Amino acid sequence: MKSSANSLHKFMSSESSPSTPSAPSAVWAIFNREFAGYFRTPLAYVFLAVFNAFAISLAFFVGNIYEAGVANLDRFFLYHPWLWAFLAPAAGARLWAEERRQGTIELLLTWPISVWQVAVGKFLAAWLFLATALFITLPIAFTIGYLGDPDVGVIVSGYLGSLLCAGACLGIASIASALTRNQVIAFVTGFLACFLLVLIGYGVFDEFIGGLFSRTIIEEVRRLGLWRNLEPFTLGLIDLRPVAYFLTLSFGGLGLSTIIIERR
Amino acid sequence: MTLIEVKNLKKSYGSIHAVRGISFSVERGEVVGFLGPNGAGKSTTMKLIAGHLRADHGAAIVAGFDVSAHPIEAKTHLGYSPEGAPAYSEMTVREFLRFAADLRNLPNPSERVKKTLELCRLNEVAHQTVDTLSKGYRMRLGFAQAVIHDPEVLILDEPTDGLDPNQKFEVRRILKEMASRKAVIVSTHILEEIDELCTRVIVIAHGEVRCDESKEKFLQRGADLNEVFRKLTA
Repeated sequence: MKSSANSLHKFMSSESSPSTPSAPSAVWAIFNREFAGYFRTPLAYVFLAVFNAFAISLAFFVGNIYEAGVANLDRFFLYHPWLWAFLAPAAGARLWAEERRQGTIELLLTWPISVWQVAVGKFLAAWLFLATALFITLPIAFTIGYLGDPDVGVIVSGYLGSLLCAGACLGIASIASALTRNQVIAFVTGFLACFLLVLIGYGVFDEFIGGLFSRTIIEEVRRLGLWRNLEPFTLGLIDLRPVAYFLTLSFGGLGLSTIIIERR
Repeated sequence: MTLIEVKNLKKSYGSIHAVRGISFSVERGEVVGFLGPNGAGKSTTMKLIAGHLRADHGAAIVAGFDVSAHPIEAKTHLGYSPEGAPAYSEMTVREFLRFAADLRNLPNPSERVKKTLELCRLNEVAHQTVDTLSKGYRMRLGFAQAVIHDPEVLILDEPTDGLDPNQKFEVRRILKEMASRKAVIVSTHILEEIDELCTRVIVIAHGEVRCDESKEKFLQRGADLNEVFRKLTA
């Protein structure tokens, strides 16, 4: 024992004193651990399977994409806000809640890294995981390409919009996860918030807020719906406003969750 | 050389005053035993020094860096093992230590992990996932992540809690080997540990320092340490 302790001392003394970690390497280390973490449990594969099963069957059986006889994917993307509203909080619930439950948050907060480095690494890993789920649906695009002559640019912009929509739901989910140590509560809270954003776009609350606000305000509120902002992408339009909307929710959620953790 | 300086630290949780103005300093080569009943403010004080919690008032300075003004620099010189030695349950021991080494941006990380596994006698469980470890190994892993960068300041919250006598002996022995080059704070419930491990004793009760003296002086307070403890913390 003594010799091993001495050898460690010798080894460590021969090295330079501990250096302050660089921001990218810390973010990279967190990102790697988090992304690999998704695939350490069978849950990740269940998630990927559920997302694909729902994405494809909603497009075919509810959206009747095949019977429509038009070579585009807007009936496929139409259901993505619903899917992300449910599945982004499912994937994002563990972000902070799990760290709190296991007590490992105490390590993260006492290692020489900043909370935002942890938050960015975690967020990007979760986003890439959602992107993987989306990527696996590509055969539907190839099928449409095989059956008809779709505009590839429109399909690409549809996928981009869906990815941004996933990031927005993940931003909301990360706030919910930062607020509790219970993953179930994090999931339910995140889901309800995202679900609200889906419903707003369909004017579900028009009657309710109609009594309180003017017509213009109702229209502005409806513009905050997820589908309202995803729709232009599925038509091949990449407008500044929807891009700003999705990125504000993504990075706003990321920022707010960082502040919540910092102010513990 | 003073490596830990705590100046009038205060911390409240709502209406509960967990730490009510604690001050002390620790020199290189000292092993300070934190004694006190449950809920006395030991863990909170350690968390404040380690930068996990923010103090409402006062300052903690680690290796010359104020923990709240220069957290990254202070934490670079600090090794901290929280109570219960938390670790990522799905990672293997080796992966977990490698993660700690990467986050600390240590030069030659695989060599560091190898040496730390040797030092803490974790080699035989290196490929096991954390959730399959016995309590003894789990505590040693918590210790391992705290010393992987050979820090000048070491803060250990109940590192021998729940260990059998052999495992306790092992942890104390590793700690003694390193202690001369570091400033160490160890919290414990075990009064006998003071004699074996520490050079100094700080007794904390109701969020205040009740006694801060050398081990020798503390041991002279009475033959029955339990009685001494009860009187000091009443």
